[in-house]
Amino acid sequence: MQTTDVLVIGAGIVGAACAHSLVQAGLSVRIIDARLGGATAAGMGHLVVMDDNPAELALSKSSLDLWHALAPQMDAGCAFTACGTLWLAANEEELLAAHAKRATLQAQGVACEMLDAVALARAEPALRRGLAGALKVNGDSVVYAPRAAQWLVAQAAAHGSVVFEQAEAAQIDGHTVTLRDGSQRSAGAIVLTSGIQAPQLCPGLPLRPKKGHLVITDRYPGTVHHQLVELGYITSAHHSDGTSVAFNVQPRPTGQLLIGSSREFDTTDPAVNNTVLARMLQRALTYLPGLADLNAIRTWTGFRAATPDSLPIIGPLPVHPHLWLAVGHEGLGVTTAPATAQLLAAQITGSTPPIDPMPYAAQRFDSWDVA
Amino acid sequence: MKRSASHTQTVQIVVNGIPRQVPAGISVAAALAQQPPGTTRTSVAGEPRAPLCGMGVCHECRVRIQGRIRLACQTVCAEGMAIDTDAGTAPGIATPCP
Repeated sequence: MQTTDVLVIGAGIVGAACAHSLVQAGLSVRIIDARLGGATAAGMGHLVVMDDNPAELALSKSSLDLWHALAPQMDAGCAFTACGTLWLAANEEELLAAHAKRATLQAQGVACEMLDAVALARAEPALRRGLAGALKVNGDSVVYAPRAAQWLVAQAAAHGSVVFEQAEAAQIDGHTVTLRDGSQRSAGAIVLTSGIQAPQLCPGLPLRPKKGHLVITDRYPGTVHHQLVELGYITSAHHSDGTSVAFNVQPRPTGQLLIGSSREFDTTDPAVNNTVLARMLQRALTYLPGLADLNAIRTWTGFRAATPDSLPIIGPLPVHPHLWLAVGHEGLGVTTAPATAQLLAAQITGSTPPIDPMPYAAQRFDSWDVA
Repeated sequence: MKRSASHTQTVQIVVNGIPRQVPAGISVAAALAQQPPGTTRTSVAGEPRAPLCGMGVCHECRVRIQGRIRLACQTVCAEGMAIDTDAGTAPGIATPCP
């Protein structure tokens, strides 16, 4: 049987980042990926500091620092762009939320500043008139995540022992993973990073698919300059369990606009839901009326792997001493992959974790007795 | 030359500023394909692109028609129609504001 120090299951952005960090820690890594397609290739690739709670802020902030450290080495295909995020306040209430967010982020050393209505209109002339202002988060960025994942694996392979294999894991027993073709691979540690597919190998994992839609336009360079997100995104829209939409537009380096966002539970149907799509685009038009004249060229869906508290699960599986988890990153996996990987690698190697691992520990859920 | 009745009608279109007579009822994609280079646009990487699927799926045939980006294969030529290839060519830069 073929053996490595670590076997990583899933080569999305989280698996790729884990392989990268584990190799940096001096371990040999085998990565297997079934090419089932996951959130990495479906999402926006927005690198964004989020502060719904201190644990989310710690993970996303440290991850942004890591992305900025990687950026100068990344190739053009990774399309890293430090465009910043504008959190748009539509009214006085949202402006108060923007000020509160600024205070929270600045307390953690995140560079950001308020734009009043005039400064916002100057920064983004395509936005509708009458917005109250915005919080500009300077270091937020954009990356083309599928390429960034490949790049991380290539970097790992260039600096250490990495085997990449296209295969589907069927079962995990102790140190051994059995593939669909019946062959087996073993490792000192097994790291599960297969996102929404992970519960098939680890029953009891509390992950729930959260469907999203995205639209991309033809090239209209200069229409929008920052990632634009409505503050309603954090103040209300996406916190309910029902279907919701929120305005979120990203300027791609090609001049294309990526338009989101939607959230839908209780469906695993990948088909575009035209009712949800229409709601999402109507929402976008209320912020960027000029979108109506642009040409959309693709529409697709994807599934975020959501945990009950919206924080990822990073660390050992309590009842399974050799199995490590890095799953449940919901819509923030591209942002938080590097910090996730550092945290997991520190735990596996027994070194001091860069941030407190407890908020992400699997033990916070009680579904493990069924595993 | 013998022509069927349906082909005796023509319309004048203007491709990249140059007037052309084409059979009435053909698609813009067909009209463009009849005259070299037959391309519709340039990719982000600078490669020429031409109609591929002919059924509105691949989006390789997007051109500017009467000022708006349309799919050439899904648009029928009409009298006086102005068609510009290489719609949205210039790969843009998402320039961060100062």
